Amino acid sequence: MKKLRKEAKWGYIFILVPMGTFIVFTLYPIISAAVISFQRYKPIGSEWIGLENYIHTFKNNLFYKALKNTVVYSVATVPLSMLISFLISIMIIPFRKRIQSAFKAAYYLPAIASGVALSFVWKWIYDPLPSGLLNSVLRVFGISNQNWLGSKKTAMLSLVIMAVFAGLGQNIIIYIAALLGIDSTFYEAADIDGATFFQKIRYVVWPMVKPTSVFLAITGVINGFQSFQNAYLMTGGGPDNATTMAGLLIFNRAFSYFEYGEACAQALILAAIIAVFAMIQFKVSSNDVEY
Amino acid sequence: MGLYKRYGSKEKYKEGIRNILLAIILVFIAVITLFPIYYMIVSSFGAPTEAGGASYSLIPRSFTLDSYQFFFSYSAYSFRWILNSLIVAAVVTVSNVIFATLAGYAFAKLRFPGCRIFFFIFLVAMMVPYQVTQVPLYILVVNVLNIQDTYTALIAPSIVTCYNVFLAKQFFTSLPTSILEAAQIEGCSQPMIVLKIVIPLSKTILSVMAIMTFLGQWNNFFWPFLVSNTEKMQTIQVGLKNFSFANTTYFAPMMAGATISALPMFILFFSLQKYFLEGVTVGAVKG
Repeated sequence: MKKLRKEAKWGYIFILVPMGTFIVFTLYPIISAAVISFQRYKPIGSEWIGLENYIHTFKNNLFYKALKNTVVYSVATVPLSMLISFLISIMIIPFRKRIQSAFKAAYYLPAIASGVALSFVWKWIYDPLPSGLLNSVLRVFGISNQNWLGSKKTAMLSLVIMAVFAGLGQNIIIYIAALLGIDSTFYEAADIDGATFFQKIRYVVWPMVKPTSVFLAITGVINGFQSFQNAYLMTGGGPDNATTMAGLLIFNRAFSYFEYGEACAQALILAAIIAVFAMIQFKVSSNDVEY
Repeated sequence: MGLYKRYGSKEKYKEGIRNILLAIILVFIAVITLFPIYYMIVSSFGAPTEAGGASYSLIPRSFTLDSYQFFFSYSAYSFRWILNSLIVAAVVTVSNVIFATLAGYAFAKLRFPGCRIFFFIFLVAMMVPYQVTQVPLYILVVNVLNIQDTYTALIAPSIVTCYNVFLAKQFFTSLPTSILEAAQIEGCSQPMIVLKIVIPLSKTILSVMAIMTFLGQWNNFFWPFLVSNTEKMQTIQVGLKNFSFANTTYFAPMMAGATISALPMFILFFSLQKYFLEGVTVGAVKG
């Protein structure tokens, strides 16, 4: 009994700082966000306006456009990045450990550089002039000059390409870990059945790495829904809001227009969407594992 | 490795050809992914002249450090930005490792009323998108506490993240309880158990945590951008963004700035590669 009391004492002492940080910088802001979302915020004496912020949000066309952009961005980026990473991982595993590590490092390096630094480079890659890098390369293949970030047609595509490149390394490393975890008896059994290389990938590898794929899909989409930085630094949401996504929409509401109440309402709606999405994904994937 | 066909000793050359083909494809893709970084570094050695697209060059035409000088002379606080980033990242890293270790251990191995509920709350909080907290946090720091442009404002919200507590707890759960109990019977106090047993057994995971936290803080743009108004208190990422905003036509100095912001992490990466690569999988495979 005395031992348990002592243990409890240390338990509380050990979690004191994390708990304090959590209460001040996470829990309080969450509650506060819920409160502010029903107010017209003023530094002193905020006004209660009920559901007005929410109603205003749901009546705002830009809100739906931002949601659509967010979905398009995530749905384009995540599977593309996963597929490329999966193929690259398959190609990496026959090599020796040292070579594997070298490739992993090479693909992961872009993820180490800061987003601000990379955004500079990509801006110049996407330079709209004919002398721009991507334009010069594509001219060789007979593709005409594009105003990558400045045109409604290509702005979103440009952000997607950038995100795919930045995310490859991480996905590859995770996929390789999963691939190396597959027991060789599965392959031996497949060999005895006379399976070809592609049959092994289809019927052994793909099902075996499925939990990893589900994990990458869920975290990828959740991150995609929250993405802000690239759109902010590269396009500022333009042209004509073609790349305004939920993260940027909320940021602008809050820090360009200082409508804190509406920004909080939008953020909570986004959180709800993410939560619902995550739950559906978990449900679907756990059902899948059972069969 | 059973996925690929195994060749007999007579057909070894086939395996060699296959691997060379795979290597060529992989190197080709690696060249594309590494290109932005190569381009950034190469361009940074160009001259700091105002230039449009005409100055693109894939191979360095000249080698000069003038653009670096241009970047540093742009603001009186350029060096200060780097120092600020270092201070913030270092403090946040140390505090995260210490407090996540303690809390992770408490959640993994100690029994006390409420421990499960507290941990569950941490888990749920981890899933709340930062957009929800950004406005109240900004109001708290800027309007209520009035501490914008201080190290406290930059550091405090990240003293210890829920994610790191979760990571530590996951790992510590796998430590054998019998060793800890034996130590307790020998009269070892809880802080001593953490110091003498838990930490030595968890060096790898704690190094991984430290490195990923440091990297995250160094590259963090959003929060420092919100709470630092004066140039003096900006971090390198925020300073870099402002520099680019004022000097869009100065291509080479922008790349010099970008290289400066990325280089410390590259050096860290190449010297501690193992931990970085482990850091990517640690949350994924076990969690």
